[in-house]
Amino acid sequence: MSDDVINPQDVDLSRRKFLIAATTATGAVGAVFAAVPFVASWKPSERARAMGAPTEIDLSKLEPGQMVVSSWRRQPIYVVHRTPEMVAALTKNDSQLKDPQSKDSDQPEYAKNEARSVKPEFLVIYAACTHLGCLPKQHFNPGDPVVGADWPGGFFCPCHGSKFDLAGRVFSGSPASTNLRVPPHSFQQQLLVIGVDESAAAVAARVEPASLSSNDPRGVA
Amino acid sequence: MAAVPESSAGAAPEARGFRAWLNKRMPVDAFVAEQLTGYYAPKNFNIWYFFGSLALLVFVMQILTGIFLTMHYKPGEMIAFDSVEYIMREVEWGWLIRYLHSTGASFFFIVVYLHMFRALMYGSYRAPRELLWLLGMALYLALMAEAFMGYVLPWGNMSYWGAQVIVNLFGTIPVIGPGLVEWIRGDYGIADATLNRFFALHVIAVPFAIALLVVLHLVALRQTGSNNPDGIEIKKNLGADGKPVDGIPFHPYYTVKDILGVGVFLMIFCAVVFFVPTFGGLFLEKPNFEPANPLSTPEHIAPVWYFTAFYAMLRAVPDQQMGALIMLLSIVVLFFLPWLDRSPVKSIRYKGMLSKIALTLFVITFIALSYLGLQPADGVYVLLARIFTVLYFAFFLLMPWYTRAEKTKPVPQRVTYHA
Repeated sequence: MSDDVINPQDVDLSRRKFLIAATTATGAVGAVFAAVPFVASWKPSERARAMGAPTEIDLSKLEPGQMVVSSWRRQPIYVVHRTPEMVAALTKNDSQLKDPQSKDSDQPEYAKNEARSVKPEFLVIYAACTHLGCLPKQHFNPGDPVVGADWPGGFFCPCHGSKFDLAGRVFSGSPASTNLRVPPHSFQQQLLVIGVDESAAAVAARVEPASLSSNDPRGVA
Repeated sequence: MAAVPESSAGAAPEARGFRAWLNKRMPVDAFVAEQLTGYYAPKNFNIWYFFGSLALLVFVMQILTGIFLTMHYKPGEMIAFDSVEYIMREVEWGWLIRYLHSTGASFFFIVVYLHMFRALMYGSYRAPRELLWLLGMALYLALMAEAFMGYVLPWGNMSYWGAQVIVNLFGTIPVIGPGLVEWIRGDYGIADATLNRFFALHVIAVPFAIALLVVLHLVALRQTGSNNPDGIEIKKNLGADGKPVDGIPFHPYYTVKDILGVGVFLMIFCAVVFFVPTFGGLFLEKPNFEPANPLSTPEHIAPVWYFTAFYAMLRAVPDQQMGALIMLLSIVVLFFLPWLDRSPVKSIRYKGMLSKIALTLFVITFIALSYLGLQPADGVYVLLARIFTVLYFAFFLLMPWYTRAEKTKPVPQRVTYHA
């Protein structure tokens, strides 16, 4: 019954060291798990995700040469109805572009072409500049005095001076490194649907045409 | 000669009354004796030594005015802008409380930049004060985060687009960038969720971190003692009483001196608050008097003046990732200052001509970059920004050579002091 006095030499130090390490490691794992809900709470909420449902635009009222600003998932989207001349002029820019074939740029596979679109006459791009997210302004007229005499027409970002052509491709010498991004989009006759891929739209149309009405807010709820 | 107030800590046990009762339970007198009346600071402090205490003053003012602003401000993308206008127009004295807070933000950076320049001049970052410098740099980083998130809260158009640009900087990080940006925003764009979390960070998390860092900064300062314009360690020359012969008690000597500084500071501060609170668009930018509009970028986006030097460097690089990297490095390089300076002396007073030229050039560079960051990014401005970016980095990266190559002057045994 005389356990009050412990001889230091009787202490198993390696056992103590192991127990301290094991306790610390277990505690650290627990702390990481406890942090998960807090870190995850910063992700877009269910409501934010629901608000990210596809956007539909009626293109029948968009005249050639015009642009409308829409938005999908809170991000402004430019929709340009290009004239045949605008489409034809695109190839002339290639030598002055950083990424003319859109190899390093972000777009769906079906928009990875010269005009960066499903239908050459309609350009659908995220408005946010790939540099730091400002909105490049439309300067569609060639030789626009704001941009320069040799300007072929396109978008010019007033924040940091990035220049893009009418396919959203970035010109050399711009601070932006990649072309303006193309969101997933598809067409249903005169209706442009932003947020639904070409292939997904085709599958949906084939399987159950009625399900397309789920874009109706009432349908989402 | 004025007698140094006798430490009352020793007399406390025999004393009676409230003070004795208190000291038995909490070492109040001992703390004062150790940290204020018994803490010796070099006697040759000059005007540059006002800015540490002034930074603390501004911090306290920001906390106080901030508390009162939160009583009327409402975070939320539909109401934030209106609630700020409500404070300005309808809350009694609301305009004053808000202008004190917004002007305080700019003055915080003014005093911090002067405080940092003092350290650069007199080598206050050198051994044994490296940790003091690192803690100070951590404070500077926290202050930048605090100022940025505070700027977003009024939800003006510049708040919105400033947040867009700064948050997108994280998107340039390879692989994790895009996901990280979405996580920071809490939505697919700068949104309500972003504003609300910035509010939480601005009023609780970051001020708490700053307060903690201030305590650590002061604890580290008490351990090494203050540097001084001569860059001499006063602890190496102790008198018969064991106190530095070139030191004087912090209280009452420097407390009184600092109060004079506070008086002058408040005169200038109040003149700005009452007569030029927007400071011609520098302290409060004009596009921010317009509500946030996700579909319209302001003609010309520039951060508030205290970030424009770094912003100019970001824009000087014609590549997105490299630009963000250069901007990051321009701040990271400051952390390495204690190990870049290889001069045998600390203070600019005894350094050679090369160091003096380098420091002068650095001041010009920083001011020039700050100016260029406010200008549009084209033509000659970009060229100048590139030249000054190179000069900025040259100051730091060439420091190990020019501080060793030059001839230094002999450092005196005692501090230079004219009274």
